[in-house]
Amino acid sequence: METLINNLIASGLFGAKPSFDVVAAIVEFVAGAVVFLVVAMPFAGVVTWLERRVWARIQSRVGPNRVGPQGFLQWLADGLKNICKEDLIPAEADAPLFKLAPYLVMLAFILPWSVMPFSSSLILADLNVGVLFFTSVTALTVVGVLMAGWASNDKWSLIGGIRSAAQIVSYEIPAGLSIFPVVLMTGTLSMQGIIQAQGWAPQHWFVFANPFTFIAANVLFVSALAEGNRTPFDLPEAESELVAGFATEYSGMRYTFFFMAEWGNLFLIGALMTTLFLGGWRFPHVSDNVVVMNILELITFNVKVLAVVFVSMWIRGTLPRVRIDQLMTLCWKYLVPISFADMIGTAVWVAIWPDGNAFMGYLMFAGGLAVLAVFVRRVVYYVRRSRMELYFRPGI
Amino acid sequence: MPAGLFWFLAALSILAALGVVLQRNPVHCLLALVLTLLAIAVLFIGQDAIVVGFLQAIVYAGAVMVLFLFVIWLLNLPVESGPTGHLALKLFGTLAVAALLAELAVFLVPSRLQLKFSSAHAAGYGSIDALSQTLFSEYLIAFEVTSVLLLVAVIGAVALARRTTQAELQERKEASARVEKAA
Repeated sequence: METLINNLIASGLFGAKPSFDVVAAIVEFVAGAVVFLVVAMPFAGVVTWLERRVWARIQSRVGPNRVGPQGFLQWLADGLKNICKEDLIPAEADAPLFKLAPYLVMLAFILPWSVMPFSSSLILADLNVGVLFFTSVTALTVVGVLMAGWASNDKWSLIGGIRSAAQIVSYEIPAGLSIFPVVLMTGTLSMQGIIQAQGWAPQHWFVFANPFTFIAANVLFVSALAEGNRTPFDLPEAESELVAGFATEYSGMRYTFFFMAEWGNLFLIGALMTTLFLGGWRFPHVSDNVVVMNILELITFNVKVLAVVFVSMWIRGTLPRVRIDQLMTLCWKYLVPISFADMIGTAVWVAIWPDGNAFMGYLMFAGGLAVLAVFVRRVVYYVRRSRMELYFRPGI
Repeated sequence: MPAGLFWFLAALSILAALGVVLQRNPVHCLLALVLTLLAIAVLFIGQDAIVVGFLQAIVYAGAVMVLFLFVIWLLNLPVESGPTGHLALKLFGTLAVAALLAELAVFLVPSRLQLKFSSAHAAGYGSIDALSQTLFSEYLIAFEVTSVLLLVAVIGAVALARRTTQAELQERKEASARVEKAA
């Protein structure tokens, strides 16, 4: 499949030859549609259910548990409800733009899936500027959000749109800068190239490669949360002040599109973190069968992504919303200088140890384990003091 | 790049550019400009300048346009009712545009214009490696001068934003004196 797609890229749309293989193009479109319909959309749905359950546990509540086992089918019920709702367009709204905006947000959510490295062979297009493609198309979200905020012709929407634009444009800078340490170490922007430069063992992941990449990974995570409008950075749709921000006037399926993109965005955040810092799909070579290896790699990639998604759910369930000035201070006064220092630090590190420093990898991995141990100890401490029945009777 | 794709993108960017000029609502004009820039970004990618294309999308369509939109909102520009201004100005503008069009028509006569859809570039042309090699060897001085220029612009913006009047300075001094007295 990889060779087919490589040939497709070499001879297809962006190739130098004017010839255009129709069959190959159809295969590419079908593959894209399958990834989108089978993976992206259901993931966004399931995450809404999972997130509500996880928050409920964090806040000692039960959460949705009526529809299906453990309330698992809640997302389907919500989707059906939203399809059946009336699609209201305010009389004073700019109707064409109002209708168009959710699709633009959706488009910016769909496009990154084309460079998503699920395993060594399962990737739609391994562009040689993959990471750049990923960040440039996710940046287009802002156009859709601004359009929604302006076209609604409503003060809450407009304030939400302006906040979102300021937030996304600001946090793009630390997010982009914290990708550079990895690019400096690998010399490539291709998603597969970056993953192949890492090993399957944690001490060979870039997050533990040197102190600078560890900081860069954290900066990228925080910036990605802010770009994805996640609490504690969910100012554009702050319920308590702006009703629903840029989505105030939307109803039915258009509203669902915004929030499907937002929840699906969690997968994109996790995938970017996994690809750049957490070793991607790398799995020890246990079988010569390509299919078996690809399945194992697919599982590895998804487990890592879901781990990152899970952590961002804890953050959303735990932290209160920041103020707008705190948001901007965090970005411009802390994250941007830190990520510049990171870039220079990594450049110096790469100049001294061009092949990496194996000892540092082990040391940082041990440090990571120590942090994890302290964390588990705290969790156990709090679980003992909470409503035990919630944790030991997961069937509620 | 297939010829059909080129013609489609060319038509799209020209239509969108016309939309920038002809629409009355400033926000609609701006969105048409975003469309123009994106179409041109894809044209760049089609000409094998992949990095330039993506940078165009991320910097211009993503960030610069948002700043434009901010300015439009902050100035609260009204919807234009029609061309305004002095009659002489309109006359001069028409003449200037006609001259520009004539110039372009001479330049674009079909005999001189050679459309080439099959690019015969060296391998790796337009890739990020090739771009960085050129930028940091052949055009290093131009690159550094440009970055100094941008730095000057940043410092200038900060200086303008932080400029305080003499009265404000006096007020601050008095305020701090009051605080000290109270302490």
